[in-house]
Amino acid sequence: MKYEAVIGLEVHVQLRTKSKMFTRVAAGYGEPESTLVDPVVLALPGALPVMNKEALDKIIKAGLILGCEIAAVCKWDRKNYFYPDSPKNYQISQYDQPLCIGGAVEIELPGAARNVMGEHKQIPLTRIHLEEDVGKLNHGASDSLVDYNRAGTPLMEIVTDPALASADEAYALLTSLRIALVQGGISDCDMEKGQMRCDANISIRPVGETKLGTKVELKNLNSISFVRDGIAHEIRRQLAVKENGGTIVQETRDFDGQTGTSQSLRSKEMAHDYRYFPDPDLMPVNVDDAWKASIRATVPEHHFDRQRRFMADYQLPYTITSVLVPDRALADTFEATAKLGAAPQAAANWIANDLLRELARSDVGRGLSPTDGLATCKIQPAHIAGLVKLVESGVISNSIAKEVFVTMFQSGELPDVIVEKQGLKQSTDTGELAKWVTDAIAANPRAVAEFKTGNEKALNAIKGAVMKASAGKANPKLVDEITRKLIG
Amino acid sequence: MADDLIYLPAARLAELLGSGKLSSSELVQSCLARTKAVDGRVKAFNSYDETGALALAQASDQRRAAGQARGPLDGIPVGFKDVIAVAGQPLTCSSKMLANYISPYDATVTVKLKAAGAIPFGRLNMDEFAMGSSTENSAFGPTANPWDLSRVPGGSSGGSAAAVAAGEMPVSLGSDTGGSIRQPAALCGVVGLKPTYGLVSRYGLAAYASSLDQIGTMARTVEDAALVLGVIAGHDPRDSTSFKADVPDYRAELGRRKGPWRLGVPKEFFGAGLDPEVGAAVRAAIEHYRQAGCEIREVSLPLAAEYAIAVYYLIATAEASSNLARYDGVRYGHRSTKAKDVVDLYFQSRAEGFGDEVKRRIILGTHVLSSGYYDAYYLRAQKVRTLIRNEFTAVLRECDALLSPTSPTAAFKIGEKSSDPLAMYLTDIYTISVNLAGLPGISVPCGFTGGGLPIGLQLIGRPFDEAGLLAIARHYEQAHAWHTQHPSLS
Repeated sequence: MKYEAVIGLEVHVQLRTKSKMFTRVAAGYGEPESTLVDPVVLALPGALPVMNKEALDKIIKAGLILGCEIAAVCKWDRKNYFYPDSPKNYQISQYDQPLCIGGAVEIELPGAARNVMGEHKQIPLTRIHLEEDVGKLNHGASDSLVDYNRAGTPLMEIVTDPALASADEAYALLTSLRIALVQGGISDCDMEKGQMRCDANISIRPVGETKLGTKVELKNLNSISFVRDGIAHEIRRQLAVKENGGTIVQETRDFDGQTGTSQSLRSKEMAHDYRYFPDPDLMPVNVDDAWKASIRATVPEHHFDRQRRFMADYQLPYTITSVLVPDRALADTFEATAKLGAAPQAAANWIANDLLRELARSDVGRGLSPTDGLATCKIQPAHIAGLVKLVESGVISNSIAKEVFVTMFQSGELPDVIVEKQGLKQSTDTGELAKWVTDAIAANPRAVAEFKTGNEKALNAIKGAVMKASAGKANPKLVDEITRKLIG
Repeated sequence: MADDLIYLPAARLAELLGSGKLSSSELVQSCLARTKAVDGRVKAFNSYDETGALALAQASDQRRAAGQARGPLDGIPVGFKDVIAVAGQPLTCSSKMLANYISPYDATVTVKLKAAGAIPFGRLNMDEFAMGSSTENSAFGPTANPWDLSRVPGGSSGGSAAAVAAGEMPVSLGSDTGGSIRQPAALCGVVGLKPTYGLVSRYGLAAYASSLDQIGTMARTVEDAALVLGVIAGHDPRDSTSFKADVPDYRAELGRRKGPWRLGVPKEFFGAGLDPEVGAAVRAAIEHYRQAGCEIREVSLPLAAEYAIAVYYLIATAEASSNLARYDGVRYGHRSTKAKDVVDLYFQSRAEGFGDEVKRRIILGTHVLSSGYYDAYYLRAQKVRTLIRNEFTAVLRECDALLSPTSPTAAFKIGEKSSDPLAMYLTDIYTISVNLAGLPGISVPCGFTGGGLPIGLQLIGRPFDEAGLLAIARHYEQAHAWHTQHPSLS
């Protein structure tokens, strides 16, 4: 029998807000244990939650980015369960009325080759709701300690429909979702810092069957690659169970990305009764049209829309757009450069190659995302546009331009200033050029002879010698003309 | 001087302080002396802060000497029900669970009272986590009724009522979830005010049932209650359920509102179970208003009378089961030394830390919310609660306030009902629906039984019309002398 996989994801994303979800104490990462706390975070007797409006703004924005319907009322529920990382022993969440309903994540599957755009699909979302994160347990040899810094951080849970067919699609979904949320300023989505976490529900069924098979929940998938590996592993495991005549048990499994194996955490029988009920400490909040409209005005262009526009409007090749578009600041830099009148292709090349390379090896940009690197680096669109124009108008050669780029990245000076200061302008002095050409002809009699028999390429040896003698400043076009004239 | 002070109303003490005839230090010394003299028998206090109170009194006297007094409550000691946070003081909720817990922060009412110069004097006994009607459910033992030490002071704010009745405190704070201020006020012969839900911030009040809890005050006179309410009322950004309303000068309003009023008498609140002496005293109070030219009309609250107790014990216990989940022995509070693992730590710590009534309510509330029962219990109870609220709204459209007994009986004997939870629950039958409807209610003394036990008249007002309610209550008080009688404590 032939089987197909059906996968749904639950993605938890921490919102990037100044303070926690229900109190004014700062949200953050990497602080000394249990210092980002107050009576509300620690659930001291008498403490009460008060909603953080910035968090609500951000989830509404996320919902608008993903095309969700935004509920008219934000309602809060308590999810009751005992665990030491949960200070109140209940979590404030949204149960029957999530803030965002429906919507979809547009994904791109791997193309036939690296330079070919892959198939795009819309993966429907079930819901997005807002809740508060829990603390972190640090297990020692003889005891476990709780760090409450993370407790109370605004956390968004994004639930997809069971609509993914493969591990690759799950990988593509998380990739696209992360780009959309980072570009919207919703979250930094750093999986290493736990800002984005993913659980997957996986089942298999005979092809043609419409009912879902028994699902297994896979937890602790703490990188996008582990999500892909874990799902692929689980599908293989379920297929093997079926092939051996077994039955799939509904359970929660833990995937170890290092060893590529999984083990059962708990079965369905141990499922909690969360005793949800509306939180009496928090009044429902109306989300009116004016509020939604004010947030809608801040929603950036979707990265895939932007990519399609870059390819259509600027005639950029797919490969370079897939470097530029995932980073909003990089794409913004390109677009601003193009708007200054620089040739789009050339501008895109400078940004995607030279700018990224310099950022990666500079002190300001090393280890940062391009967005963060760009925020501190000295290169502005005017620098790149100026450089493109200098090359285009023949003032400097491409190879000189590469050096100018490095200089302006370091100093922040505009390219024409650097060219002027360092005397890098191409030589168009025909007398000087003729002397270099004459010398080169004299030094390369074989090339001259070959050219005369019709071998065009032989001319390159002479032109190369001229460039070397001029330290790259000879204008290639004039050199070509003069060489042909002198030989001919 | 000291003996003359113990039963003076706070407003009168404020005058003496203002005129320089009395210092705050003298007043606090007087309260300390009285407390030391009688509290061994009354047991109103779980603890008090002698040095802290005297230091604050001295600071108050210095402010006053410098012409910087902060208002009428400056220098006046206030007793706190042991469920409202005062930074640096115990917050035990009369539970073994929090027996050694010190609050690191102030409740909003504490912040406001401190800003007004009032002195947080000590911690008043209560039913554990405010669950009870007699103060017998305290891990530290019961409080006695100052009028008859063999009887209960009511509850759950029994210590708050007894301290005022026994002359230990001029005013105190309590909390009222189903009658926990009004019922003990009635049983101890003092004034007890439960404000409209949302008028006083709950921040810093250890939660029992969040949608019903409200902080209020016990006092010797209606005017004193107005004085304290004026300080503690008002919107608090730390409490999402606190109402954004202007707070009038309640004390000044007392003189401006003169009636006559249209007053409703809910006929169901005078049925079976009402002690005849209590009924007679309340009817006499109703007669007072009729004589004064008020229009008295009989009204009907059939749903409130029939279902309030059932609805209350579904909603309050559901909320309590969740609110009290935080007491787990992990971060603070009682931690069992017998636990084998983390789950066992929860079981053992909670088994050892909570008393029977608290456990009973947590179990009931957990059941009420559990999968398969939620719709039949919690959801249905919320719907009936809405109907009860609508019933009150309709009646209060026609009436400025409602009059009823506060409690069906006067103070009962310690131990009399402690083995019969249902009988205990019925002592709140006239007060509980007021919490479900979120309305303000006040109990004022309206007589004594033949055996010399105080009787309370309950007045129920319109939402956020405390000014009107206090004026109506004061009209009765000014024509009677019940509040000037004091227990002999012999």
